Amino acid sequence: MSTMAIDKAGPTRKLGSMSRDRAWALRWSYFFLVLFAIFFLTPPVYMLITSLKSSAEISAATNPWWVFHPTLSNYVELLTSNQFLRFFWNSSIISIVVVIVTMIISIPAAFALARMKFWGSATLATGVFLTYLIPDSLLFIPLFKMLGVVQDLTGITLLNRWYVLVFIYPTLTVPFCTWIMIGYFASIPKELDEAAIIDGASWLQTLLRIFIPVALPGLIAATIFAFTVSWAQFLYPLVFTTSIDQLVLPVGITTTLIKGDVFNWGQIMTGALLGAAPPLIIYAFLMDYYIAGLTAGATKG
Amino acid sequence: MADVSLRKVIKRYDDVEAVRGIDLDIADHEFIVLVGPSGCGKSTTLRMIAGLEDISDGDIMIGGDVVNDVPPKDRDIAMVFQNYALYPHMTVAENMSFGLRLKHYPKAEIKARVTEAARLLDITDLIDRKPKQLSGGQRQRVAMGRAIVRNPKVFLFDEPLSNLDAKLRVQMRIEIKKVHQKVRTTTVYVTHDQVEAMTLADRVVVMNKGRIEQIGTPNELYHKPATRFVAGFIGSPAMNFIPCRLEDAAGTLRIRLTDRIAFALPPARAARYNALPRSDKLLLGIRPEHLTESHAHLDPGVETFDTVLDVTEPMGMETLVYFGLDGTPVCGRVNPNAGAKDGAPMRLAMDLNNMHLLNEETGVVL
Repeated sequence: MSTMAIDKAGPTRKLGSMSRDRAWALRWSYFFLVLFAIFFLTPPVYMLITSLKSSAEISAATNPWWVFHPTLSNYVELLTSNQFLRFFWNSSIISIVVVIVTMIISIPAAFALARMKFWGSATLATGVFLTYLIPDSLLFIPLFKMLGVVQDLTGITLLNRWYVLVFIYPTLTVPFCTWIMIGYFASIPKELDEAAIIDGASWLQTLLRIFIPVALPGLIAATIFAFTVSWAQFLYPLVFTTSIDQLVLPVGITTTLIKGDVFNWGQIMTGALLGAAPPLIIYAFLMDYYIAGLTAGATKG
Repeated sequence: MADVSLRKVIKRYDDVEAVRGIDLDIADHEFIVLVGPSGCGKSTTLRMIAGLEDISDGDIMIGGDVVNDVPPKDRDIAMVFQNYALYPHMTVAENMSFGLRLKHYPKAEIKARVTEAARLLDITDLIDRKPKQLSGGQRQRVAMGRAIVRNPKVFLFDEPLSNLDAKLRVQMRIEIKKVHQKVRTTTVYVTHDQVEAMTLADRVVVMNKGRIEQIGTPNELYHKPATRFVAGFIGSPAMNFIPCRLEDAAGTLRIRLTDRIAFALPPARAARYNALPRSDKLLLGIRPEHLTESHAHLDPGVETFDTVLDVTEPMGMETLVYFGLDGTPVCGRVNPNAGAKDGAPMRLAMDLNNMHLLNEETGVVL
């Protein structure tokens, strides 16, 4: 993105209303970009500042925007705490499994809905998206009941087990990822799969050897989405898991670091920062793909 | 290599018949072009031969076997698409070898075939490039290469040159002809461009509204069109159609175009048309090149008339002249030195030896 902006700003021609308009458009866009950057970056910066303070300094009446006695004690404590590492591990394994499960379901589903015209396929595609629009705050009670019934009937305990989330999260990720990928697959010219079919490819070969490589940006966008949703999900783990060793990061931080009305702000901020790191790193590496994927899905879906 | 036959092939989409019963026999090694305006069913016919569309009724045979229910990959055909349909993530070599790799051909043979096809199409230098690094013409060559390496029974081309600019189109047309001369694979080629059809085809199939209007060699279609549609579709500028009627005068059969213009028909034509009822509404079909400037010595069957030109179009090697005959616009082709000018009177000669007479209502050439 930044290179694009530089390219556009680069040639400064003197004449022509077009270039003058563009210069103004650029100025305005920079103005708003800076505005939004300040707006959205203030909380993380504040978190970083707070995470470097000791509890005493946080509660002291000094300038909250400055660290007078920087300390890494919060980081050391969290990273040496088995509890915190357990949350981190739970979150990681759940998110990775959910991403894999989501892709295994979404890719063939999207391929079928985008390419194999069968009775009701268009309705089904819309239906898939509508499912996504139902908020999780509406779904968690019936889901909880269902798992309870399953436990009563089969004796399989799923409640209060971290792996229950591997079954629950795909209800959020599969519809959206399928929807993104339907749009992406639909933007692949029909002739491409016809050429593959004539070349002797089966549907599966067409999917694996043509569609997935060609739609890779969309696939990466869907992967990032699924990962972010799983990583940041709060309501479901709060409801479905209660024992400390079964908790995921967001729930774990709030449950263990807030004791009654005592907020351990330094560690909360540190935990939140460390928790935000993995998605941030993934975004940073795959940013360009993510944007390309989202926009393609948006215009074609 | 194989012959292809279509027997009463019909394609229905819900209530609409896109293809209405086509019979066509394509001989081994033959280059057949399906041509017609958009929506005439030519592409649907090609896609039915490919197996990309189911047929609603009738039979399609490739090499003597009915292939109605055979999936495309087992029909042993190769297809070249208008938008090339190259796999964007594969190199040229990978694109060309994809079909062979799916069929698990030995590596050495794949390499040999790709090298040979690349040499034939003059794309040896591009073999490691990705499609987006190629120009339109190069992409189309790769698409053809993908078809050639498979060594199929039949090549199918679906408007392969329509995405290229005019100059490249002419060049690629010649390339396709050269390739066919070398590999001699039975070819079915779809286009809406009658020039492409005329230049490439052994036989041209003119289609209109889901039916075959006429099948013939390019010369047959040009000189002996069967219907008004074919007569008007083949040739550029298009054939003129002038309302006319037959009349007897002093023992000769004459054709009257306007109140003041009537010509005696040449003996051969007179004999052919003599039996027609004089009351029929007829059309005189005459190509622009048979409407030229008048000369001092006229061949038998060439008749002259005076007219006032509306517009002239100098083309360099010839000048197109436009004028009206009782309100019917007519186009002629004269020598650039004949002095044709916008709005000026001119004496033109009509070569009735090359005329066509059509029934205005049925559109049939008589």
